[in-house]
Amino acid sequence: MEIHVTINGKQHLWQEPPGEILLNVLRKHGFNSVKFGCGEGECGACSILLDGKSVRACLLVAGQVHGREIVTAEGLGTVDDPHPIQQAFVDSGAVQCGFCTPGMVLSTKALLDKEPEPDRARIKQALDGNLCRCTGYVKIIDAVEKAAERMKR
Amino acid sequence: MSPKRQFQVVGKSVPKKDSMALATGGPMFTADMLPPKYLVARVLRSPHAHARISSIDSSKAEALDGVHAVLHHGNTPRVMRTTAGQGAPEPSPYDFTTFDNKVRFVGDRVAAVAAENAQIAEKALSLIEVEYEVLDPILEVRDALLPGAPVIHDEPDCRVVIPVPYEPSRNLASHVDMVVGDLDAGYEQADLVIDHEYECQYAQHCPIEPHVCLAEPMPDGRLRLTTSTQVPFHVRRIVAQAMQWPVSKIHVVKPRIGGGFGTKQEVLIEDVAAFLAVRTRMPVLFELDRSEEFTSRTRHPMVVRLKTGVKKDGSLTAVDLNVLSNTGAYGSHALTVSCNCGSKVLPLYRWPNIGFAADAVYTNMPVAGAYRGYGATQAYIAMEIQMDEIATSLGMDPLEFRRANLVRKGETSPVFKALGEGREGVDQAIESIGIDKCLRLGAKAIGWKRNRGRPGKGRFRRGVGMCCLMQGSSIPEVDMGSASLKLNEDGSFNLLVGATDLGTGSDTVLSQIAAEVLGVDIDKILVYSSDTDLTPFDVGAYASSTTYLSGEAVRKAALDIATQIRKVASAMMQKPLKDLHLKDGHVIAKDGQSLGLDRIALRTLYEEDQHQIAAFASHVTKKSPPPFSAHFAQVTVDIMTGMVKVEKYVTATDCGTAINPQLAEGQVEGAVVNGLSYALCEEFLFDENGRMKNDSFGQYRIFSSRDVPEMETILVPTYEKTGPFGAKSVSEIGINGPIPTISNAIFDAVGIRLRTSPFTPERVLQALDTQENLHR
Ligand code: FES
Ligand code: FES
Repeated sequence: MEIHVTINGKQHLWQEPPGEILLNVLRKHGFNSVKFGCGEGECGACSILLDGKSVRACLLVAGQVHGREIVTAEGLGTVDDPHPIQQAFVDSGAVQCGFCTPGMVLSTKALLDKEPEPDRARIKQALDGNLCRCTGYVKIIDAVEKAAERMKR
Repeated sequence: MSPKRQFQVVGKSVPKKDSMALATGGPMFTADMLPPKYLVARVLRSPHAHARISSIDSSKAEALDGVHAVLHHGNTPRVMRTTAGQGAPEPSPYDFTTFDNKVRFVGDRVAAVAAENAQIAEKALSLIEVEYEVLDPILEVRDALLPGAPVIHDEPDCRVVIPVPYEPSRNLASHVDMVVGDLDAGYEQADLVIDHEYECQYAQHCPIEPHVCLAEPMPDGRLRLTTSTQVPFHVRRIVAQAMQWPVSKIHVVKPRIGGGFGTKQEVLIEDVAAFLAVRTRMPVLFELDRSEEFTSRTRHPMVVRLKTGVKKDGSLTAVDLNVLSNTGAYGSHALTVSCNCGSKVLPLYRWPNIGFAADAVYTNMPVAGAYRGYGATQAYIAMEIQMDEIATSLGMDPLEFRRANLVRKGETSPVFKALGEGREGVDQAIESIGIDKCLRLGAKAIGWKRNRGRPGKGRFRRGVGMCCLMQGSSIPEVDMGSASLKLNEDGSFNLLVGATDLGTGSDTVLSQIAAEVLGVDIDKILVYSSDTDLTPFDVGAYASSTTYLSGEAVRKAALDIATQIRKVASAMMQKPLKDLHLKDGHVIAKDGQSLGLDRIALRTLYEEDQHQIAAFASHVTKKSPPPFSAHFAQVTVDIMTGMVKVEKYVTATDCGTAINPQLAEGQVEGAVVNGLSYALCEEFLFDENGRMKNDSFGQYRIFSSRDVPEMETILVPTYEKTGPFGAKSVSEIGINGPIPTISNAIFDAVGIRLRTSPFTPERVLQALDTQENLHR
């Protein structure tokens, strides 16, 4: 089927069988920041923003994003011009292997767009669906606080 | 070099070099590097815990459109070897071949398919016809050594390649023992003897990126493996061995990897991808799914029996540590993990008489392997719970009791010499030890005096617990790391290391070490690691070695290249060599005159005295200096539900000089949270046939952000003379603490001693019930 979707501000037209898993389709089209960690909606490595909400690309089929808007970590910022959330993750030491990071960054964005001043308890709750095995989450939570602080200014 | 010296780059929390590229979603992992056309590999896995394959027919699968190859024991060479990524000759038994005619656990390999997509590959697997002769399995570790037990490795060609005990005919994968002093006399002198068993469970590393490998046949007949490994050089050697190829035909590249924690210290998927790529002459991607990852490799579950003797005054008289380790279907890391149970645990306290014995046994259960902590985690459960038991029996403060008996600076332990990794160890004295300060700062942060022994009344009881730990830094006189450096015309340097950054930040730490010696900003160090064609050899990322071992290789190479630079500068500046040093990207003379490194590079590359300024160094350590740590926890136990909540967790860790404090803290925090998750919720559930039932993140819960307690991570600097700029290791030690610390805190809260992990609500409730019954 034909799928019209906006990704990181650009229009895309995909020809995909309607049942194709969105995660695989995104990766096939070069959005490699969307990671395969479990394929079962449990780890959050495949998080994307769909119309501003953090969702799991492994639980969606491509047809479901027709006419909608997706943001991936690539679309948030670049190495030369990072998003303040990405900068805060780097500054806080919240990136170890970095496999969970794109998803974490996007879930953070979804949170801060709605609630610009979350406390630590709220941050922990909001990132609950994104697993990280490297950092112990401490510096990730620090990063979200730091990003919130900086984005307020 | 004095401990007080001020560093320019070392000791600073510079951002991890690759972190921005990762945070912006750069395509840096194996699965991000696919060629336009490739095949997908899938593996047919055994439904039986123990069976012989009486026949296998893959003709229907091969005939399926889109299938390019099917491999099984009938069409691949039989080469006995190990999957353990260790130095050669490996201390793990050769009890594995790529495909065998026998399966030894549910999930063992039977066959593999390469097909044009995953759906076709899955379909092909279902078309492979296998007949099994089902055998009796061993599904309980205590049954493995019983006379008459089924023999799991009855193949005649399994063997060990170093002289160590190995008796597959009675399911014994390894045995090690040692005695120092006189145990009987020690117990004789004791006023108190305590003897208990402690048991810990299966667990999986759960890297968020599962194992993944891309195998690509190259036009020149070589094979390139891009793979998520901790041990690229061991992958090259072991895949060559499996394929009966020369090492020179294989090129291994490790890109970024999504976590390892030991499970990627195994050559688990590369052989399959390699065989399929060679057979099909096409690139092949082999990626485990999450359920396969769960039974790929695990922590060795253990039953540890610990017997100690002490006098009334709290002095130690004897210790006897006996380990029964379940290595599962294959003996990967069986011996060396066992050795670590003794060598990383017994030297912590000043035991005058010491006994240690460990058997690792085969069962028809998932295969254990290397996992952060590597045996120390398991044995510290016994040691640090029992230290608490002794202290409370003697009416002493558990902290003071430990403090009085801890190893001291300048002392050694006979265990260092007696126990190595699969062979005799190396004697060493403890030169850097900050445990006393760790105890002081940690106790203060948790409010030890104030909070201990005050559980309160009512439904929620509070308790505090603590423990002491050590680990090692590299495997002395075994492991080798190396590095090379060259100068570029803008005064930057290429640093090439075999060392493997698995997300820990070792590329950054090693760059900091080079930058410190060379007097340049870290941005001037262009680090490239873990490529068997381009970088020099390194054993890889394990045994807490990279900073201490590979870091020293980097420092040596940097010192060498610095001397070369100064020599050229001496000629250019007409100054004596001894008056020149490197700072801020320049060579600076005593009188203040300076010359940029770019000028020196331009001259030697293009103008005069032309040569490439470059250096190269290797390092083998003589010691494995332990990092030390004290852990403290405050918990609340809900006596209605049995739920244990960790309110606060404090660690104080002596890792020598923290080359990058933020990264060192990250290592501690990651290890501790993994340990907390193991202490409280992670466990494998099996059905009666030995199949893991909860092989998904939905059913096997690991800690998420929501579960993390308030954490305080304290680094206590010491200076280890033999390490680069005083550094020791930090990556593993933190995972050893949570189980004993939480168990001790639960005791403080509700008076029950939990000696079997994890501390689930059911287990806590059950223990509370028993206690009630006792008191009735
Ligand atoms: S891959 Fe989608 S949640 Fe894990
Ligand atoms: S940084 Fe490795 S999983 Fe989060």
